[in-house]
Amino acid sequence: MRKMLFVLPLLVFAGVLFAQSGGVTSEENSGSFVQSLTAEDARNDAGGGIDLTWTVAADAALPDSMVLERSCDGEDWAPVCTLAPIDGRKTDGELENGLEYSYRIVPWSGGTAGEPSVLAAAVPIKQWINSGRVGMLIILTIISLVIFYYIEQGKRGKDLYIRRIAGLTAVEDAVGRATEMGRPVLYIPGIMDMDDIQTIASMVILGRVAMKTAEYGSPLLVPTCRSVVMSVAQEIVKESYLQVGRPDAYQRESINYITDDQFGYAAGVDGIMVRQKPAAIFMLGTFYAESLILAETGRSVGAIQIAGTAMPSQIPFFIAACDYTLIGEELFAASAYLSKEPKLLGSLRGQDAAKLFFMVVIVIGVLTATLGEAWAPAAKVAEFLKTITSVE
Amino acid sequence: MILQFFVPATQSMGESLQEWYMIVASFAIFLGSVNLLYVHTHRIRFKGRNWKYSPVTIIGFAAMIITGLVFGIEQGKPFDYMFTQMMVPMGATMFSLLAFFVASAAFRAFRASNWRATLLLISAFVVMLGRVPIGAMIWGRIPLISEWIMQVPNLAGQRAVMIGAAMGMVATSLRMIFGIERSYLGGAD
Repeated sequence: MRKMLFVLPLLVFAGVLFAQSGGVTSEENSGSFVQSLTAEDARNDAGGGIDLTWTVAADAALPDSMVLERSCDGEDWAPVCTLAPIDGRKTDGELENGLEYSYRIVPWSGGTAGEPSVLAAAVPIKQWINSGRVGMLIILTIISLVIFYYIEQGKRGKDLYIRRIAGLTAVEDAVGRATEMGRPVLYIPGIMDMDDIQTIASMVILGRVAMKTAEYGSPLLVPTCRSVVMSVAQEIVKESYLQVGRPDAYQRESINYITDDQFGYAAGVDGIMVRQKPAAIFMLGTFYAESLILAETGRSVGAIQIAGTAMPSQIPFFIAACDYTLIGEELFAASAYLSKEPKLLGSLRGQDAAKLFFMVVIVIGVLTATLGEAWAPAAKVAEFLKTITSVE
Repeated sequence: MILQFFVPATQSMGESLQEWYMIVASFAIFLGSVNLLYVHTHRIRFKGRNWKYSPVTIIGFAAMIITGLVFGIEQGKPFDYMFTQMMVPMGATMFSLLAFFVASAAFRAFRASNWRATLLLISAFVVMLGRVPIGAMIWGRIPLISEWIMQVPNLAGQRAVMIGAAMGMVATSLRMIFGIERSYLGGAD
């Protein structure tokens, strides 16, 4: 539970440092073409920005253009940019934090400057909390607490029921089949790099699959689309072979880099499938348009295929072409499911509880938004839920 | 990286970390290139299975690197010519295969073997019909029904997958940040 302490600073940020502003000035000048000019510190930025808003006289003669000018001392004015003679807004960036900047807009007609607008001034400052993401911060904190609670429950040995996931139960059968047929197992970790959470999840599963191939003595092929993924995969597979006591069976060159090019990679992997005819193919990670090309080629060589991705647009292709498909969250549940470790299973339970929380929020949101058409308090609740679940 | 999402003042720190990742990944390209050359030279040397394809890979790899280094990569140079006249058409060829694979996958998926597959078949038929002019010619409401299927049941299903996946991402990230799961580092759990 001590690990949960990390949420406290986040809550302090959310509660204490919410309202920050570098000041706003706004005035009107009926004598100038520019009727009003407002300057305020840009919201939710790392500083250095001022938002400017202006309105122009609707009934006055249009000038050729307008020039936005900036000054630090109120005497030396430097042009910032030329503006169209209409109402508008602009963010002036790359300013020094803590310094007051004054602005004015000068209309120009026939090469002559007209009467400038009133002055507007603001001080750019750093924001310490993004006010548009406070709701997300609170939700993330709740989800984290729920997940950690169930991890603790798992550590204490509480029996946690996890539903059967067919695709993961079939992993052992697929590797066994490859062993019986004397053909290799092909593992495709997607086409994204190690900064993608799906690739990381895929690497964790690769470790479990490699343990099985080491145990059964089946060759394992891992063609990769990224160099970093190749290096990580080599280390993971090597470690798995060591853990099973088969370091001699580990073949570094069977985990190789093909190309960073999406369709070049698809062509390379298709070639491996057609030439080596793997008996089991795992496609777990991030996939785009190449998903069906790979899955259909795998099917044509008669391999048992287990696919998994969190890309909603690619899931139908995998379902149509593969024997088993891990849909969205199941990809992230795979490592815990295969390891059967209580603390990892606890995180799965926490994940499900967090999902239940969201389902309740969605149902309340739908009901209150519907009732809100006739009853104002319900509309307010719906608006509140919309605000805390939105991210700017 | 999480902090910079909520605290704008730390954005520069997050950007620096991303730049560091890019630098590390750039160096890793050398690792990938060395691996590619090693695997194929090894295969040629020991006359491995299908070794005759390996010289083609090595020649193609060398040709792109040498022309890029010697003549530059600007428009009109040999590197650019090979990229636009060979690489791009080959990529487009692979992509165009998708049309045939979609047809074969759809043929299997749309077989009315049970009531759910039949429902899928009918929905797909209506959606496809609603996206072409003949659909509206048959009955004016077909494009509306098609749009409803896409925007209501289909979108609801997609959002359910996305919410579930987001929960999975949070749980996986927490497991890794707090060292509950370490196997992706090549170590034991």
